[in-house]
Amino acid sequence: MKIFKNLTRRDVIFIFLMIITILSDVYFELKMPEFTSKLATSVQSGTAIMQEVLDNGLKMLGCALCSTLSSVLTFIFVSFISNNFEKNLRSKVFNKVVNYSDTEINKFSVASLITRTTNDIAMTNMLLGMGLQLLVKAPVMAVSAILKISNADIKWTYATISVVAVIVLTIIITALIAMPRFNIIQKLTDKLNNITRENISGVRVIRAFNAQNYQRNKFEKNNDDIYKNHVFTGKVTGLIMPVMTIGINGLTLAIYFIGAMIINSYTGTNMILERAATIGNMTAFTSYVMQVIMSFMLLSATFLFMPRVAVSIKRINEVLDQDISLNSGDLKENGVKGEIEFKDVDFSYNAKENDVLNDISFKANKGETIAIIGATGSGKTSLVNLIPRFYDVNKGKVLVDGIDVRDYDLVSLRDKISFAFQKAALFKGSVIDNITYGSEDVDVDRVNKALDIAKVDFIDDLNFEIAQGATNLSGGQKQRLSIARALYKQSEILIFDDTFSALDYKTDMLVRKGIKENFEDTTVIIVAQRIGTIKNADKIIVLDEGRIVGIGKHEELLKDCAVYKEIALSQLNKEEL
Amino acid sequence: MPPMGRRLPNDPDAKMDVGSLIKLLRFVKPFIVPIIIIVLCSLLSTIPSIIGPSKISELMNIITAGVKNVEGVDMNAFMKVCIYLLSIYVIGALITYLQQWVSVDTSQGIGKLLRTTLNDKITKLPLKYFDSNTKGDIISRFTNDVDTISQTLSSTIATLLRSIVIFVGVIVMMFSVNVTLSLISIACSLVGFIMMFTLSKKARKYFYKRQTNLGEINGHIEEVFTNHHVVKSFNGEDEAIDIFNKKNEELYNNSLKANLIMGVSRPFMAFSGNLAYAAIFIIGVSMILSGSNNMNYGTIISFTMYARLFSQPLGNFAQSMTSILQASAAGKRVFEVLEESEMEEENNKQIVIDNCKGDVSFKDVRFGYSEDKEIIHGFTGSFKAGQKVAIVGPTGAGKTTIVNLLMRFYEINSGSISIDGKNIQDMKRENVRDLFDMILQDTWLFEGTIRENLVYNQENVSDEKLNEVCKAVGLRHFIKSLPKGYDTLLDDSLALSEGQKQQLTIARAMIKNSPLLILDEATSSVDTRTELIIQKAMDELTKGRTSFIIAHRLSTIKNADIIMVLNNGDIIETGNHEELLEKKGFYAELYNSQFEVVA
Repeated sequence: MKIFKNLTRRDVIFIFLMIITILSDVYFELKMPEFTSKLATSVQSGTAIMQEVLDNGLKMLGCALCSTLSSVLTFIFVSFISNNFEKNLRSKVFNKVVNYSDTEINKFSVASLITRTTNDIAMTNMLLGMGLQLLVKAPVMAVSAILKISNADIKWTYATISVVAVIVLTIIITALIAMPRFNIIQKLTDKLNNITRENISGVRVIRAFNAQNYQRNKFEKNNDDIYKNHVFTGKVTGLIMPVMTIGINGLTLAIYFIGAMIINSYTGTNMILERAATIGNMTAFTSYVMQVIMSFMLLSATFLFMPRVAVSIKRINEVLDQDISLNSGDLKENGVKGEIEFKDVDFSYNAKENDVLNDISFKANKGETIAIIGATGSGKTSLVNLIPRFYDVNKGKVLVDGIDVRDYDLVSLRDKISFAFQKAALFKGSVIDNITYGSEDVDVDRVNKALDIAKVDFIDDLNFEIAQGATNLSGGQKQRLSIARALYKQSEILIFDDTFSALDYKTDMLVRKGIKENFEDTTVIIVAQRIGTIKNADKIIVLDEGRIVGIGKHEELLKDCAVYKEIALSQLNKEEL
Repeated sequence: MPPMGRRLPNDPDAKMDVGSLIKLLRFVKPFIVPIIIIVLCSLLSTIPSIIGPSKISELMNIITAGVKNVEGVDMNAFMKVCIYLLSIYVIGALITYLQQWVSVDTSQGIGKLLRTTLNDKITKLPLKYFDSNTKGDIISRFTNDVDTISQTLSSTIATLLRSIVIFVGVIVMMFSVNVTLSLISIACSLVGFIMMFTLSKKARKYFYKRQTNLGEINGHIEEVFTNHHVVKSFNGEDEAIDIFNKKNEELYNNSLKANLIMGVSRPFMAFSGNLAYAAIFIIGVSMILSGSNNMNYGTIISFTMYARLFSQPLGNFAQSMTSILQASAAGKRVFEVLEESEMEEENNKQIVIDNCKGDVSFKDVRFGYSEDKEIIHGFTGSFKAGQKVAIVGPTGAGKTTIVNLLMRFYEINSGSISIDGKNIQDMKRENVRDLFDMILQDTWLFEGTIRENLVYNQENVSDEKLNEVCKAVGLRHFIKSLPKGYDTLLDDSLALSEGQKQQLTIARAMIKNSPLLILDEATSSVDTRTELIIQKAMDELTKGRTSFIIAHRLSTIKNADIIMVLNNGDIIETGNHEELLEKKGFYAELYNSQFEVVA
């Protein structure tokens, strides 16, 4: 429940005000039947006069008005509280996650963080939006209504208790039976989505294998399961309505029956007055009883809903309570150099797992081009991820411009580095917004220059809108835009993590040529698969299973490094080398 | 408690689509009998609601009559009415449950049938359809739209009819008892209803805006979290937070407005109920006092019940209209899919190729994905059995298009493609596809065991065969290291590398073992050394098979028998690697780019 620490002072004041308005709402709502009761008594005893009727009637209307106003105020307070709470909580979680390092993000997984920031927060809003008010109002209403009828005849109370028990039990039992099935339905629906996604994304493969029937059987089995579970839950929960109507109507009959018995039991001199009073009580009692039943029904619904909210709250708290493992240093150094040095670096993603990188040492001087090559899984990406400090090393040091990356203020460290990623990720928005991403100034000439070097020849309009997930661009197009974005940043270090594999040989060459010509003083690190891409690098680092097995120029490595030679020969023949 | 339905509020300006509704009604024809039962039940179940209050009034009068009577209440008369009422309540409840029972069967049956029909439709749609529609959109038609239809259709029809009957029934009952009180009850209910209606119409605008805002902010969250490396390395955190805050504030404002309006409208609806209650009491009692002979205490009680009943159908009408609007919109989206033109039926095509040799020839093939834009302009070429054919060229040159045509994923505009001299146009699509093994760059694996993925739709595949193939593609060791071997479930918990996925799809194709082979960038996500191992295995298998290979890593295709260089849909060069290099044309330039010294 510590999630409520996130309520602001205003929220807390509003909660108190809300409790007051709820109390007044309940008070006036329960006051009304008293006047009907008086009216009924006086009518039945034959003592009523017009003045009294009008008097009581106006009081009744007054109560109705007061109760309405109170409940309007309650809704207003609840709206402010729940929306404000949701806004602040969402913002808190988002801010927290934005500051997570990779270690934390991997711990939760991106998908889970997204659901926690969206669905789970929406869930807590429901708790406050409806739950909070119900949690206050339902018990208050139930208790006060019970108090109101407690001095009435005990037989009425017995009848009421048994009907309330039957209804509440029905709700709880059916919910308990149906609830697990709802979870199953949720899972089956996810699975149905998956199969459909499979059918669409794999349409070529499925047709190539003539496997339409195979897929159909899978789909139909799932479809049938969904159908059966829906039908089951529908038939179980369908019991609630009829039981409720019989309960409420039956209770009315029972109250009248008991009332008639009570009336018959008065035979003395005050007979008429006593009997008339009974009718009055009976009318009031019927109204109160409805309030009691409603309160209990709402309460049981709220309590059934609570466990789900509790799960969401727990998930949100986990995000907020997570310690951030990577703390920014405070060195704000801006001297542009571009030196990178790895000193005896060991690294693993998880303390329990084997090292991904082992004993890595090398140095890149200002203006040099360093290439990293190796089989898939040899640790190339892990290595370059250490430079902008996405992760911390287990052992050794990564130095940029002679200073340990852990001593830098993260912002100024990352200002020194431009990164183009293996998976080109663009944002929803215009081309120019994407190219100038993260920069404060927008220089159209520089944008055009960056686009030109990255061979982005398919965009005519800098305001061209890129869709979410850049679905309106092809893989190669995305990659070129992501290169242009890295170039626009003009940092002292440029890192290309397997960025060139998606380009054809010629474009690859032209882009590298452009970079060489325009970024002479920039230190460039290229991770690549193709020998052609890296052949001319000042230094080539050959990685194999997380270790450096060769370091040097192309010609040297061909002579000395077996792994490099093997890679090279898999692509080119002896003469070409 | 049903799961929290998160149905999207309708666009406030949405119009009813009558055409889709008619189609929907036609679709549910097989369910006509249960629907009639539902309608009958829902009509019958109104009886207790309509005549209940008047019987209660009778009951009340029996009791009040006993006040001044020394004998007290006439218990015999009381019990008679009581038992009568109790029995219609019980029968009513049973009918309600029967209706519920049939409704669930029907609505879920409709949902199931819709999904089956949609799924079957998907297998008959040409590939073109999938190029122009996003996955997410098609999936949401399968789930959200079908759910909307199945949930609203049968229940809405029942509710609507029930509401009409109650509406009419209550008016008749009320007026037959007392005109003055009837007019008062109706007036009070109408005041509340009109207020609620105007307010909720206003609120709907904000609910719709809120939903749009929510979609935007969730999109932003997804983007920032997924691309967190980009955000971090470009120091984009502040910008991300700024955008977030702006969207969050907007969401807050619209959500607050929507809630506030709804917050005002609900209590006022309740107020109109209380107003009716008070008015009925005041006027009823004063009528009794003035000695009106058709007014008594029982009537007052029954009117308070009728007044409450009367506001129900009014609310239901509005709700039903919204539901029908939603169902018509969902129906439109579902029928859009169902009415898409299908691929041509091929039952009369008899030609089959047994013992395929593998001669393939293209004659003057012309094709375009859309009619106005031709991509392949008269492609001609013939390939002998057993040849290894490579297709290279820049992106957009039409490489994948050629193999798509070969497998009849698309139908050519003119010309012909034949295998062993037989026009593939004259064969059934599935018979053509049976001739090919195809491996694509996008590795497609499904959630299931490794065995299911490998054996995919083939019969009688022994473990020996699996072992042999997995060894050939270099997977044997990896699969052996898994505790459950071939029965390991492929899901997110088993983090396969792109290369391993590719090896699996290659193994799958090898198991199918067809006479012709297509590799569309099949090995581009595998590093070149692993590629070499796979290629060796492939070579073993491709011996004597005609194969078509697309790759932009030229090392992959250097040893092909024929290399076709494509640009803008035309073959601009053909020959083997050496011949093309000597030509010093497009291919030579492309190939030599990798040796160019960039300095």
